[in-house]
Amino acid sequence: MKRILTIIVLLTMGGLQLSAQTKNKAKAVTKVTKVSAAVMANGNKIYGQYCLSCHMADGGGVQNMNPPLNGTSYVLGDKTRLIKVILNGFSQNVDIDGESYTNVMAPHNFLKDQEIADVLSYIRNSFGNKASGISALEVKAVRAKNKK
Amino acid sequence: MNRNLLKYVLAATLITSVASFYALKSDKGVKADPDNAGLKLPEGFGALKVAETGAKARHLVVTPQGDIYVKLAKPKEGKGILQLHENSDGKAQLTGGFGNYGGTGIYLKDGYLYASSNQEVFRYKLNDQNVVLSPDQPEKIVTGLKMGRQHETKSLVLDNDGNLYVNIGAYSNSCQVQDRGYQSPGMPGCPILDSAGGIWQFKANKLSQSYGDGIRYATGLRNVVGLDWNQQNNQLFVMQHGRDNLNSSWPALYDVKESAELPAECLYALKKGDNAGWPYLYYDQIQHKKIVAPEYGGDKKKEADTKYLDPAVAYPGHMAPNGLLFYTGKMFPEKYKNGAFIAFHGSWNRAPEPQKGYFVVFQPFKDGKPSGDWEIFADNFSGTPEKAAAGRADHRPCGLAQGADGSLYVTDDSKGTIYRIIYTKK
Ligand code: HEC
Repeated sequence: MKRILTIIVLLTMGGLQLSAQTKNKAKAVTKVTKVSAAVMANGNKIYGQYCLSCHMADGGGVQNMNPPLNGTSYVLGDKTRLIKVILNGFSQNVDIDGESYTNVMAPHNFLKDQEIADVLSYIRNSFGNKASGISALEVKAVRAKNKK
Repeated sequence: MNRNLLKYVLAATLITSVASFYALKSDKGVKADPDNAGLKLPEGFGALKVAETGAKARHLVVTPQGDIYVKLAKPKEGKGILQLHENSDGKAQLTGGFGNYGGTGIYLKDGYLYASSNQEVFRYKLNDQNVVLSPDQPEKIVTGLKMGRQHETKSLVLDNDGNLYVNIGAYSNSCQVQDRGYQSPGMPGCPILDSAGGIWQFKANKLSQSYGDGIRYATGLRNVVGLDWNQQNNQLFVMQHGRDNLNSSWPALYDVKESAELPAECLYALKKGDNAGWPYLYYDQIQHKKIVAPEYGGDKKKEADTKYLDPAVAYPGHMAPNGLLFYTGKMFPEKYKNGAFIAFHGSWNRAPEPQKGYFVVFQPFKDGKPSGDWEIFADNFSGTPEKAAAGRADHRPCGLAQGADGSLYVTDDSKGTIYRIIYTKK
């Protein structure tokens, strides 16, 4: 019962947020992704603490240094690849959607499964991104198989 | 009658001399753009956009004949150095390009154009009009320099005794075991310093030199992009990019505000053998002290060994000084003579605090030493203060050069605009 209540509360919160944006398009509520407001709030907190200093508040990154997180194939694409970016860090000489970046992203494997799941769900649904959320179980599975 | 004639002659001479005086002053028709190219400048100065290159324009040189050589971070259509020529109104057009390598450093001295990739230094012989003779056959002066992912550029300058000075940036933030990692300690006896994190001296005219042929002139410098030779006291001055990530690596010691302000971006006056102390220390411009880095046991207060060099001037953190130029021209008012201009590319590591920089600063000097407070000289490269604060600047100042008439040139490596700042007050 308690659970159902939370779900209803969360759904209403999400709905309220959306309806504020889309005014009277009530049908938009059906498009709400599975990412809850609580996950978004926690993801935002972790983002502010561990990611914002490089990827910036607007997720736009820093020219030539730190890549943007809006609309990139890494953020929106394969979940396993994305989880590995956080666990192992990222400093490969590869182009990210046609641009190269010189800074170094250290591993963030000190974050808990839930924290990684929340921050990734958050970036996949912020800065104009829309994609499914990532669960702590998914992070756990990738971490278990992640060879150093 | 005779008297009248004399009057006329005198009047005529006066008019012509006044006219030619004005012609000289306005330098054959170089005019500021009506909006001063979007820049905010001190009273009496104006600016024009010399060219829009649409390329990552880093450092540049301007010849007395009105040719401009611009080094690009990334080659554009296979050309890493652009050549432009100025019209009499100051606007320039592209006349050519050469060198298929990206890089930052470019310098003109004694009949040669020196330019660097991120691992090598080349030079090109010039004719008596300062035009490159064989753009496809440069001499390779230095080769095999270390290049990491970060701080990879090799800025350069020459002295008056046939020596070349090259920055080799440290390919690390603070020599941590895990670069930029969370609470990652510093590597003992930072191994990077043997071949990077300093300024190396080479012979300007000897081919194919590498580490074995050069001298580590100064060490403990994390990364230098802006550097210049001071002709007044015959000394090398460099601007260091201070370390990042005090908060993200050491949140228990530094809050986001402290991490945005610290450490200082430092101007150093170098002598052979100097050690500025990176990565073991950073300079705290608020306490006016050299502080032990947290990676090496620092606690934000502990002072570093006094054997390390003190900065000549300390500026606010993370503003990224990419260009340094001692002004020796005659166009600007007296106070600018022999002072330093510094192009601050603009910060990123101040987030979530507002970003800072994206301007050219003037640092007064007296007898080869900094003297007096610095001031912002050319501002608003960003377009608006909001864009600067958000780190979303339209233009980012990078390289500086002085024209034969004393104009100050500034490159922008974001959109590729070349600016020229002139003194217009009569
Ligand atoms: C020290 C700066 C820094 C921090 C802190 C940092 N990153 Fe990164 N990140 C980078 C850099 C630099 C790259 C690209 C490296 C490359 O090109 O090899 C990158 C790449 C990525 C990518 C893949 C490329 C893309 O743009 O889609 C993702 C996703 C990402 N980071 C997310 C995060 C998240 C989430 C956090 C916080 C948990 C974070 N980063 C913290 C610097 C940082």
